[in-house]
Amino acid sequence: MAVIEIDTLTVERGRVPVIVDLSLGVEAGTVTGLLGPSGSGKSTLMRAIVGVQLVTSGTVKVLGAPAGSATLRRRVGYVTQAPAVYLDLTVAENLRYFARVLGASPRTVSAALQTVDLVGYERRLAGTLSGGQLSRVSLATALLGNPEVLVLDEPTVGLDPVLRRDLWAAFRRLAEHGTTILVSSHVMDEADHCDRLLLLRDGQLLADDTPAGLRARTGKASLDEAFLSLVEATA
Amino acid sequence: MNVYVTMATAERVLRQLRRDPRTLALVLLVPPLLLTLFRYVFDGSQMTFDRIGGPLVGIFPFTMMFVVTSIAMLRERTSGTLERLMTTPLAKLDLLLGYALAFAAVAVAQAGIACGVAFALLGLHVQGSVVVVIGLAVMNAVLGMATGLFTSAFARSEFQAVQFLPAVVFPQLLLCGLLAPRVHMAHVLYIASFAFPLTWAYDALSHAVAGTGSAKIVRDSAILGGVIVAALALGATTLRRRTP
Repeated sequence: MAVIEIDTLTVERGRVPVIVDLSLGVEAGTVTGLLGPSGSGKSTLMRAIVGVQLVTSGTVKVLGAPAGSATLRRRVGYVTQAPAVYLDLTVAENLRYFARVLGASPRTVSAALQTVDLVGYERRLAGTLSGGQLSRVSLATALLGNPEVLVLDEPTVGLDPVLRRDLWAAFRRLAEHGTTILVSSHVMDEADHCDRLLLLRDGQLLADDTPAGLRARTGKASLDEAFLSLVEATA
Repeated sequence: MNVYVTMATAERVLRQLRRDPRTLALVLLVPPLLLTLFRYVFDGSQMTFDRIGGPLVGIFPFTMMFVVTSIAMLRERTSGTLERLMTTPLAKLDLLLGYALAFAAVAVAQAGIACGVAFALLGLHVQGSVVVVIGLAVMNAVLGMATGLFTSAFARSEFQAVQFLPAVVFPQLLLCGLLAPRVHMAHVLYIASFAFPLTWAYDALSHAVAGTGSAKIVRDSAILGGVIVAALALGATTLRRRTP
């Protein structure tokens, strides 16, 4: 069953088309990578999926309901590209506030902290954390209440390789428990962690395939080269 | 809306304020310090201090709360936390009332301290009820907060938000009757002054200070209450779940 269904979506921002006539579906319990150069429309597409983006035409449905519906607000977790965290609160205070807003039990706070590897940082003021730690606090707020769909906008930017590996392992575990994950990145070497890849360029879908399928189609060993050859073929 | 989420938001805003002791100290101490300044500027004329100082006790909270609230709300908009909150079950009214409750609590403390200093230490003398003056001061603080929440929607940066103080508050201060009786103003200004909330706030305060016209105080308070509700409702319409 498709958890995210997008049909002929077009988004213009200030008359500039950012997403152009895009259709796609994302299956339940999968990790889908949304890849593409910066400015390709990844964040706008994610904003449309969580329902904070004004769209020009087309439809976006999540879990069968129009994106942004009140019923989805507890079921879809969203991490913005810039950390959405109160810098003048501690890590625990941030998480407890979002847990109360989401109606999630306080117990989920420690589980979320464990997933993002920030146990022991509860009393630290968010403003004193490093960029990578801050984006992990932001990620933790999206995990509260175990949402069925996670939309993560570049959650691994600025993280060291060990943390990135651990986070991708965490995404995999969540997907195995049925969570549907859409994660954007502009780092191609992360693409191998995904079940499926969506390559976006200038607001259009360049490819929609598995990592193995992309390699086979382009005859390239690395996904980086595969992506480049696809971009150049259409240029 | 959800009372539980509203209270969580109010608690969160108060926690943030507590982490910023300098702002808190400014909010609580600047009004009594300014009142002290006024007291000794009019050292030779206790009557002038009584006439101006009484209403000022109620007007300081309005201006302070206006600035503090509009910047706090602007930060929520620009930091990305507002967009994040708009994807959660939080209702717009939960956020606004959460802010309103938190800042109203601060306003009560601010007005209480200002009045305490004015009446106990500076010898401010009012003919009417001190309790009514304190009550009006708190109401004006809430009014400043509600209008600050609304106007913050029109500022893109903190520079702009700060400029709303001279742009929105100063004209009201000039027209409300504090500096010169409204009937002595140019006729156009006299008519215009009816449209500004601070005119009604000053009217109520001056009656409370003089101990006259309790019916007018009730009428003015009702008008101010209406403006507070309207500003909060307008503020809610400026919070958009979907943005371009």
